[in-house]
Amino acid sequence: MEAVHNRQAPHVSFRNVQKTYDGETLIVRDLNLDIRRGEFLTLLGPSGSGKTTCLMMLAGFETPTGGEIRLDGEVINRVPPYRRNIGMVFQNYALFPHMTVADNLRFPLRVRKLAPSEVEARVKRALDMVQLEAFGSRYPQQLSGGQQQRIALARALVFDPQLVLMDEPLGALDKNLRERMQLEIKHIQQKLGITVVFVTHDQSEALTMSDRIAVFNQGVIQQIDAPEALYEYPTNSFVADFIGENNALDGTVVAVAGEECEVRLDCGTVLRARTGNVGAGGRARIAVRPERVQLAGEAEGTNRLDATVRELIYLGDQIRLRVELAGKHEFTIKAPVSQLDRSLRPGDAIRLGLDPAHTRALDVPAAH
Amino acid sequence: MSTAVDTSAALPLPAAGDGTPLKKRLRRAERRRNLLFGALILPLALVVLVAFIWPIGSLLTIGVDNPEIHDNLPRTLAVLEDWNGSAPPAETAYRALADELTAAKGSPAIAAIAKRLNRENAGYRSLVMKTARKLPLDAAVPAREALVAIDAQWGELATWQAIHRAGGALTPFYLLASIDRMIDADGNIVVAPEEERIYVDVLLRTFWMSLIVTVCCLVLGFPVAYLMASLSTRHSNMLMIFVLLPFWTSVLVRVAAWIVLLQNEGLVNRLLMWLGLTDSPLQLLFNRFGVYVAMDHILLPFMVLPLYSVMKGISPVYMRAALSLGCPPFRSFWKIYFPQTLPGIGAGGLLVFIMCMGYYITPALLGGPKEQMLSYFIAFYTNQTINWGMAAALSAVLLAATLLLYMVYARYLGPTRVKYMKAR
Repeated sequence: MEAVHNRQAPHVSFRNVQKTYDGETLIVRDLNLDIRRGEFLTLLGPSGSGKTTCLMMLAGFETPTGGEIRLDGEVINRVPPYRRNIGMVFQNYALFPHMTVADNLRFPLRVRKLAPSEVEARVKRALDMVQLEAFGSRYPQQLSGGQQQRIALARALVFDPQLVLMDEPLGALDKNLRERMQLEIKHIQQKLGITVVFVTHDQSEALTMSDRIAVFNQGVIQQIDAPEALYEYPTNSFVADFIGENNALDGTVVAVAGEECEVRLDCGTVLRARTGNVGAGGRARIAVRPERVQLAGEAEGTNRLDATVRELIYLGDQIRLRVELAGKHEFTIKAPVSQLDRSLRPGDAIRLGLDPAHTRALDVPAAH
Repeated sequence: MSTAVDTSAALPLPAAGDGTPLKKRLRRAERRRNLLFGALILPLALVVLVAFIWPIGSLLTIGVDNPEIHDNLPRTLAVLEDWNGSAPPAETAYRALADELTAAKGSPAIAAIAKRLNRENAGYRSLVMKTARKLPLDAAVPAREALVAIDAQWGELATWQAIHRAGGALTPFYLLASIDRMIDADGNIVVAPEEERIYVDVLLRTFWMSLIVTVCCLVLGFPVAYLMASLSTRHSNMLMIFVLLPFWTSVLVRVAAWIVLLQNEGLVNRLLMWLGLTDSPLQLLFNRFGVYVAMDHILLPFMVLPLYSVMKGISPVYMRAALSLGCPPFRSFWKIYFPQTLPGIGAGGLLVFIMCMGYYITPALLGGPKEQMLSYFIAFYTNQTINWGMAAALSAVLLAATLLLYMVYARYLGPTRVKYMKAR
């Protein structure tokens, strides 16, 4: 592990990895994933999507049914977890209850037979890093949730692993604390330059912290991209729906011209949109973010739709409009308070414009 | 969950509408709750008092009770109160004794007096009985002369000292006897003669055998409890049934079954001989081996259940955390898992050990004379010799040993002691 690593070579790579528990259903189908050195990668997905299983295979607690996992270029499928030198932060912290905070931190160092002076120096440094210098002699139960979380982080980092895995570490914290810890973890990761693989089902957490996000569903990575790209350019309906809010309108693709295509909605209107994972003649779902919908007034142009206002919700910094359009009741528009005509009332007819650059034609997911 | 916001800043305590201070109202509310709790445990507390504490207390007093002389010769003892003890007492003492013996004559009291005095010096029984037969005395003759005429021992100092010694309302005799001690003629506590020493050995043997059984139970029970705690619910329920199976049959049946299995012509010996491991049957019964086997079998559930309940509460994530920190599996188990099971080991160990200390039927049926534990002798004195004093004193020793053990447990392993649990 002391070799000088090529900055370009992936730190971790999954190749055709499969996992099944019962021999019938694949929890992880065919995973190919390269994790770059020093990046903060989040595995995001609903529960049961296979993201945690992936993490556990990387940690060594689960064995892949097929394929291989490489760490620094070496296959680690058969390396037991205690030889992988990967730090891990668990969902409920897993601090050893019969040891003080300091003993918890000493544990991985003593296992590695470090000199006592070195052990103490590192424990102190780790406690400093999470700003809990005074808490070394306490027992974990005597700490608050946020403090336990920090100690769990310090323990996963105290032996200087290059790769740290985090399994929904912030799930048990309240909202304010969670947001503070998100930034704290992110800053520590950037300062130390370590690779972090973070599992969560909370999309805003993923967007806040990650360099890249891999969106999982049904054992398959749906899309892996930077937060902005994932939000602005989802490649399929699952990602569009899972990340942020999304308006969906179903129709049929009538023409594809390179990046753009034309979709005839079921109500007859033809819209221009960016081509996603659809082909000419197939069914398509138009996806557009609520804040990208323009209130077009009377002006003519492309992608104009008539709608009726059903509800106005004042949110302080913005106003949400629920409108009825093309027979659909669930269409939402977000607009800054300053840009909205405040005389609008439920029942008013308005005209909407969809910018083709921010409108995407994606697959129609199979009905559940 | 305390965030950075400090809510403990001193706020002025509001008083209620009627001006009652907050503290007082809190006390009132808590008193009501405490009364409710008290009412809930009252029935059990009464049962414990009537069926447990009171009988045990009265049994223990039997161990120091000394009524024979004290109740039957009160006047004699009153006269002896002022006696200097260096020479046989004055005529009044002889007269009182003669009167009281005369009164006791023909009733069970005389036998009790004789028996009690005989314990001070073998031979006093016949002295008392012989004297009683010749009573009442001729009132014209001085009592002293008459009694000495019946038996010269009445003229001896030692006889009167014995009466005086035996006259207390309480006696340490049984308690001392149950730890192989006695009081000599000069009133010092000395070790009993060698041929009479037995109970210290029995007590040590009781401790030792209990310890062996407890350790065996732990060694056998720990893996079972661990397996049960790590298996799926369905499988662990199956195992649980097997663990609890012994509870469904009476102890007597199980002991009888062991006799069938372990006897010379039994299954185990025949199997060993068939396998060629031994030529002649091994002696597996009526020795320590048989007692250990049967007691372990009977007491195993009492070890497994507390262990299981503790292990069930230990999240498997701790082991994973230890592994992820680079600790090999066995060491992880020893350093992380095992210490967290200590409360279970303590509770199970204490339970098994204390039950062993009082075990009677298994050693009595499966052991030889060298396997009998303290409770055998308690039963012996209650059932065979009807010596309640000795039985009570031995019980007191057993109870004291058990309480001592419990205090040691509470000090070092008890739930309040395991440090990290304090915070919970």
